[in-house]
Amino acid sequence: MGLLFSFFAVVALIAVVFIGVSGANLYYLFGVIIPYAAFLTFIVGIVYRVLKWAKIPVPFRIPTTAGQEKSFPWIKANSIDNPSSGFGVIVRMALEVLLFRSLFRNTRLELRDGPKISYASSKWLWLGGLAFHYTFLVILIRHMRLFFEPVPGVIGIVESLDGFFQVGAPVLYITDLIFLGAVTFLFLRRVVIPQIRYISLAADYFPLFLICSIGITGVLMRYFLKTDVVGIKELTMGWVTLNPIVPQGINIIFYIHLFLVCSLLAYFPMSKLMHMAGVFLSPTRNLANTNRAEMHVNPWNYPVKVHTYQEYEDDYREKMKAAGLPVEKE
Amino acid sequence: MANPKPEELAKIEYQPVKTGWLETPTVFKKGMFCYASKAKSLETVSFPNPRQWSASDEDWKLPDNWQEIFIEGLRERVDKYRSFRLFLDICVRCGACADKCHYYIGSGDPKNMPVLRAELLRSIYRKYCTTSGKIMGKIAGARDLNVDVLKEIWYYAYQCSECRRCSVFCPYGIDTAEITILARELLNLLGLNIEWIAGPVANCWLTGNHLGLQPHTIKDTFEMFIEDIEKYTGIKVAPTFNRKGAEILFVVPSGSLFADPGTFTAMGELLLFHELGLDYTWSTFASEGGDFGFFTSNEMAKRLHNKIYEEARRLKVKWVMGGECGHMWRVWHQYHNTWFGPMDFLEQPVSPITGTKFENARSNKTVHVCEFTADLIKHGKLNLDKSRNDNLIVTYHDSCNTSRGMGFLEEPRYIINSVCNNFFEMPPQTIREQTFCCGSGSGLNASEDMELRLRGGLPRANAVRHVHQKHGVNMLACICAIDRAVLPPLMDYWVPGVDVTGVHEMVANALICKGEKERTTNLRGEPLPGMEGE
Repeated sequence: MGLLFSFFAVVALIAVVFIGVSGANLYYLFGVIIPYAAFLTFIVGIVYRVLKWAKIPVPFRIPTTAGQEKSFPWIKANSIDNPSSGFGVIVRMALEVLLFRSLFRNTRLELRDGPKISYASSKWLWLGGLAFHYTFLVILIRHMRLFFEPVPGVIGIVESLDGFFQVGAPVLYITDLIFLGAVTFLFLRRVVIPQIRYISLAADYFPLFLICSIGITGVLMRYFLKTDVVGIKELTMGWVTLNPIVPQGINIIFYIHLFLVCSLLAYFPMSKLMHMAGVFLSPTRNLANTNRAEMHVNPWNYPVKVHTYQEYEDDYREKMKAAGLPVEKE
Repeated sequence: MANPKPEELAKIEYQPVKTGWLETPTVFKKGMFCYASKAKSLETVSFPNPRQWSASDEDWKLPDNWQEIFIEGLRERVDKYRSFRLFLDICVRCGACADKCHYYIGSGDPKNMPVLRAELLRSIYRKYCTTSGKIMGKIAGARDLNVDVLKEIWYYAYQCSECRRCSVFCPYGIDTAEITILARELLNLLGLNIEWIAGPVANCWLTGNHLGLQPHTIKDTFEMFIEDIEKYTGIKVAPTFNRKGAEILFVVPSGSLFADPGTFTAMGELLLFHELGLDYTWSTFASEGGDFGFFTSNEMAKRLHNKIYEEARRLKVKWVMGGECGHMWRVWHQYHNTWFGPMDFLEQPVSPITGTKFENARSNKTVHVCEFTADLIKHGKLNLDKSRNDNLIVTYHDSCNTSRGMGFLEEPRYIINSVCNNFFEMPPQTIREQTFCCGSGSGLNASEDMELRLRGGLPRANAVRHVHQKHGVNMLACICAIDRAVLPPLMDYWVPGVDVTGVHEMVANALICKGEKERTTNLRGEPLPGMEGE
C-alpha cells in the first residue's frame, strides 16, 4: 500500500507541474514562488527540528561502547569505538558520518540445520548507502555552478573528475550512473527482501521515488532532451541575486525536475531524511565513555523517595541484634 | 509445561506473514511472556493501579483514562530524553538491525526485529506527537492507541532484554534499549509490570535485595560459605558486615548469595579478600548491586540504588567495590554518578594492595571487582596455580551490559588467562561488543517464559556449541549474576556438557593461600585435576 501510494504521489506531483506549466502557463509560480517557498521551508524546517532536538536534555551519558574502555595503562583502550576524550568522539562521529562505520559492521544471518547459525559479512547495504550519499553530494556540488558567476574552479574540477572517462557528448558523468544504480538498489532491496518489505512504509518509498524521478529527469535533461542551459542559469542567478526573472523557452522537463526538487526540499524537514542532521545528536555515538571519571549532570534530576537505613534497621533491629550485626540504636 | 525439543524449536520461519504488521493482531503465545505483576508488589513501592490481573485476560483492569495517561506520559518523556525523541524521529528502516536481535534470530517473529519493536511505539508517537501523523494517519505510519495496541506494546516490551546489540549496528546509533526502557516506564504508569520484575523491586525496597534476604538470613548464608571454604581449603575466612570504618564497601548481586553457581563466585571473592587481608565490609542493607528498578522506571531505579551511597556514607568507607553482575554495572557505570554525584564523601579508589589509583573511577568511586583483581595479578600479588583449573576448557561470555554499556572486555579475559590454561574464544560476531544476550536479561529470567528464554538464548548457545565441538569447551565463564542463573538451563537445553562459572570462582580455585591445606577439591567440592582418586 505504501509503495503504490508513494508511486502515485510522485506521479501526481509530475502531473501538477505539467498541467501548471504547460497547461496554465504558471511560469512564475513554478519558476520562482515555489522554489523560494521550498527553499525557505527546507532551511527553516531543518533549523526548527534541530533546535527542537537540541533543546531536549540528555539526562544520562549513554554511549554504546563498541570496544575496550579506558582503564589501566597496560590495557589497550579502543579510543574510537569507546572514546574517552572529545577528540575520540570527533573521530568516532567523523567515521560514522563520512564512512558509515556502524553499517560497515553489518552481517547477514544464516540458519542451517543443526541448528547452526552463522553471520556472514554483508557489505551491500553499506556500499549502496555510501554510493548513494556520495554521488548525491557530487551531483549537488556540480549543480552549484548554477548559483555562481563566475563558476568557482573547484566545481570545474569536480566536473572534470566526474566526467573522467570522456564518454559521449555531452560527457557522461559517472556519478549519474552510480546514483541511479544506487537508488534502484535501495528500492529493490525494499521490495525483494521480505523482512525489509515488511517494515517499509510509505515514508520509505516516497523519498526513494521522488529522488529517483529527480535523477531521471535530470539525466533526461542532460543527455536526451535538449534544454536551454543559458536560460536556466539566468533563472537560477535571478534567485540568488533576489532579482528573479523567468526566461522564455525552457523545456517543461526542467520545470518537472525543479518542482520535484522543491517537493524534496519541502518534505525533508518533516521526514526521516532528517537523519542527516539527527545523526550528529545521537547520544549513543556523540558522548565519551567517561562516566565513572567525570560526572554527567541531568538538568531534571530530582530527589526521590527512598527507603532509608533507619527504616531498614527499624524493620529488622531485633533480628539484626540476634544475628550479631551492629545496629545504630540499641 | 514441557518445552519443545531443541530440533523442533530450531525450526524458525523468517518469512514474515502476508498481512502487514499494522493489520496483524498480536496473539499472546504461552511460554513467551511472564506473569503479570501482583497488587502487593506494586503497593509496596506505591506504584499506580495495583490490582490482580493476568496478561491472558481480556480485561486488564486499566484506569478509565488510561489512554490519556499513556499519551501524556509519552509526551512528557520525549521532552525529557533527547535519545527517545531522536530515536523515534530518525529511523530510516534500513533493516540493518533486523537480524541482530537474539529474540528475532530465535523466534523469527517480525515484531522482534528491533526496527519493528520500535515502530510499535513510534506509530503511537506519530499519531499523538507529530503533525504529519495526526493529519496523514496510517499512510504516515501512525495508528490509534487502543487496548490491542497497548497489549502488543506490552508483549514486545517484555520480549526485549535491553541488550543494545542492535545499537552497535545502527548507522544512527538508535538504541532499542532506550525505547524499551521508556516503553516499560509508560506501561508502569498503568500498572502493567511483570511479577518477575515487580516482586524483586518490592523485595529490594524492603530488604535491600531482590531475593528478599533479611539481615539474619544473609548472615546465615555466609556461615555456610565459611564452612564450605574451610572444608575445601582449610582456611577460615572471617567476613564482616555493616562494619563502620572499613576501607571498602563490597556490594554484589544478591543472586551470588542464593543459588549455584553464583554462590561459588561469592565464595571465591571471600577467599581472595581474606588472602589479601583486605579491609572491607559487606552490608546487609546495601545487599544488592543489581537494580530491577532499572527495568521499571528511571525513578524506581534511582530509589533502589540510593542505599549503596547511603550505606557508604554511614559506614564511612573510602570507596565502593562492586561484584560480578551485568545490568548492575550498566547502572553503576552510566547512571550512578548522574543520580547521586558528586560523591564528595568518598575518596578516589586506590588499591590498598598495589597502590594503583583507579583513574577511570575517580569521580563515582566505584571499582569493578575484576578491575581490582586484574590489577592484583598484573602486579604479581597473587600466587596462582593455573593447573588447578586444567580440567576446565573455558570460553567467556561477555554480558551485554558490561560490554556495550561500559566496554569492559579485557580485564575479565586477562584474569581468566591468568588462572587457567585452556581458554578459547567464541566466534568474533558473538563476543565483545557483538556479544549475544543470554536470552533472559532485563528481568525476563522467569520460568513461565522459558520458551522465550530458550529462543532468545539460541544465538549465544549456538556459539558455545561451536567451541564445545571444536575445542571441547566444557565451561562457560561470565561476570553476570543473571547469566550464572540462566545459562545453566540454556546450556542443558542446547549444549549439554557445558557448565557455567563466575570468574572469581576460577580465581579462588587457582589461588594458593597462605596456610591452606592440600587442596584436593575446588569450591564446588569436586576433585581438582589429578586428585580424582583422593
